[in-house]
Amino acid sequence: MVATVETIEAVEQATGAYKYGFVTDIETEKAPKGLSEDVIRFISAKKMEPEWMLDWRLKAYRYWLKMTPPDWAKLNIPPIDYDDIYYYAAPKSAEAPKSLDEVDPELLRTYEKLGIPLNEQKMLAGVAVDAVFDSVSVATTFREELAKAGVIFCPISEAIREYPDLVRRYMGSVVPVSDNYFSALNSAVFTDGSFVYIPKGVRCPMELSTYFRINEKNTGQFERTLIIAEDSSYVSYLEGCTAPQRDENQLHAAVVELVAQTDAEIKYSTVQNWYPGDETGKGGIYNFVTKRGACRGDRSKISWTQVETGSAITWKYPSCVLKGKDSVGEFYSVAVTNGAQQADTGTKMIHLGEGSRSTIISKGISAGRSNNTYRGLVEMNKAAENSRNFTQCDSLLVGDTCGAHTVPYMVSRNPSAKIEHEATTSRISEDQLFYCLQRGLDEEEAVSLIVNGFCKEVMKELPMEFAVEAQKLIGISLEGSVG
Amino acid sequence: MSLLEIKNLHARIGDTEILHGIDLTIGRSEVHAIMGPNGSGKSTLSYVLSGRDGYEVTEGDILLDGESVLEMEADERARAGMFLAFQYPVELPGVGGMAFLRAAVNARLRESGKDEVDQLEFVKMVRAEAKELGIKDDMLKRPVNVGFSGGEKKRYEILQMALLKPSLAILDETDSGLDVDALKIVSEGVNMLRSAERGMLVITHYQRLLNHIVPDQVHILAGGRIVKSGDKTLAIEVEENGYAGLGDAA
Repeated sequence: MVATVETIEAVEQATGAYKYGFVTDIETEKAPKGLSEDVIRFISAKKMEPEWMLDWRLKAYRYWLKMTPPDWAKLNIPPIDYDDIYYYAAPKSAEAPKSLDEVDPELLRTYEKLGIPLNEQKMLAGVAVDAVFDSVSVATTFREELAKAGVIFCPISEAIREYPDLVRRYMGSVVPVSDNYFSALNSAVFTDGSFVYIPKGVRCPMELSTYFRINEKNTGQFERTLIIAEDSSYVSYLEGCTAPQRDENQLHAAVVELVAQTDAEIKYSTVQNWYPGDETGKGGIYNFVTKRGACRGDRSKISWTQVETGSAITWKYPSCVLKGKDSVGEFYSVAVTNGAQQADTGTKMIHLGEGSRSTIISKGISAGRSNNTYRGLVEMNKAAENSRNFTQCDSLLVGDTCGAHTVPYMVSRNPSAKIEHEATTSRISEDQLFYCLQRGLDEEEAVSLIVNGFCKEVMKELPMEFAVEAQKLIGISLEGSVG
Repeated sequence: MSLLEIKNLHARIGDTEILHGIDLTIGRSEVHAIMGPNGSGKSTLSYVLSGRDGYEVTEGDILLDGESVLEMEADERARAGMFLAFQYPVELPGVGGMAFLRAAVNARLRESGKDEVDQLEFVKMVRAEAKELGIKDDMLKRPVNVGFSGGEKKRYEILQMALLKPSLAILDETDSGLDVDALKIVSEGVNMLRSAERGMLVITHYQRLLNHIVPDQVHILAGGRIVKSGDKTLAIEVEENGYAGLGDAA
């Protein structure tokens, strides 16, 4: 036995407290504000990462230094001081609410409407609580069942240590480090996220939800997710929750990569409801996300479904690279903006394989003084013989001070490929509203009903239990928008 | 106490006064018909009564069960027992018929402090009523009014009336766009809903509807005023002689 270890053990036995003291020490240790190679080395060391991971992060950082933030979106993003951000173990600031009394009453009202228990409300609002709801035991049970099926579902930091071959082979293979400014930043400093591996021929026995992931706390603002579905496997993954979440970190730049091999299918559903800020958007989250799936194998399928109601600014384009022959990409989206929110969201369908098909159904709802943009690319490449795309892009305006914009990009390099695009813009008509009111529904219920009707095609793609909550959420997000 | 009392009602849209002082009283169990030429203010009256935005009452009062409804929003009036069968029922794309009907019925139940009806029970209830009106199951599964024929839309209005059990039903040109057969079915539906507890105001341009829904009283609306009232024979008179000669503005 090495001498130092002996010493530690001796002290531990003598005091009975050393161990805890030591742990506490580690927990309070944090990287200084700002970003540098040292900070990245620090993060990597804390995560006990192998050398290759550190190199990967550093490479990403060096790319990032040379890059500039994207400015093509229809968003008004205040300048971000990247040296004024904690990238690891940010301390609770003095501004964090100490009790629910200090939390934005609007937020609390929403929690109440959603029927969220008090303890959970505290957690969501960022109030320090000792006992978080009891998800760990549930998660353990889940993990056991998954393990029986051969499914790996764990924090990505754990996967980097436990399954380095898998992670090395796939991470960055769908979203390259240098893909864009925010993905490069994420690659350099990501703190945690999910890793999912579905072996060949396995149909994942349950919906995987971030809600049940262990170590959910402190996943941080730079989340990294990697999902791999081997040949003929299937998985449905749910991300987010309907309750509005507050976070001290204003900037969120996540990266999600999906890989579907031959005959595999991945269904990825998101309900995003980060705190949108107050009426002026102050304090709201910036959500700059890179999500992309690769349909690598023939007849593989990736389906993105998103319900976006939160965040002050959303910049997000879940995409599919359809490489496999007869592979299928789908994008179903509902984006609701109210107040001062801004969203620029959509998808990219890159058709490479013969007979690949994609469907895009986007429903944008704008209210208040918000701006809601759909931006989508459909690209048919040379080999995409007989490939097809269908896009339907509908905007609904509530009131007359909001904006809805549709920016479709279409590229076709193959004469046999077909691209269809349909778009509509409408308003909740006074006739519709009066009809509902005359039947005794109050205005909020009426708007919720009409808007949910407008989004129906997308909502039916959500897993059942998610859909019910999401419907409620859409109604709540638009409260006070008519009148 | 009368079910509905309209007293010296003046109302305008924007700067234009459309109703110039209307007086009308409807008792429980009574069916009153309002007839009038185009532009006489018939539809305006139905919207003013039901509280539609943009229709402003400048003078007079509307009492339902003795209470003024002027300060009440459209949805409050609906929950207080007022129902308007629309001349042009509005399409609600994507809004499932059953969900819509149930939300409306539950809104009424909540208002009166009763328990909401559960889904299974409700479906049974709707099917029973729908059958009486010759409404097929398939129609109930479609979004509200979307892709319905003219006749189907009107029958759907009557179905809603049957489910909501209003104390006052206003039927705004329910006969418009209906062929003879559809008119008969809709009228039968309305007649089934005549009751000692319910008053009805049937607004129409043509007398033919009143052959099927026989009113207790007929009023002629012209130029924003009621220019003549009488029993059902007044309607036949109008059919024969037209509106000309009935009142100054007609």
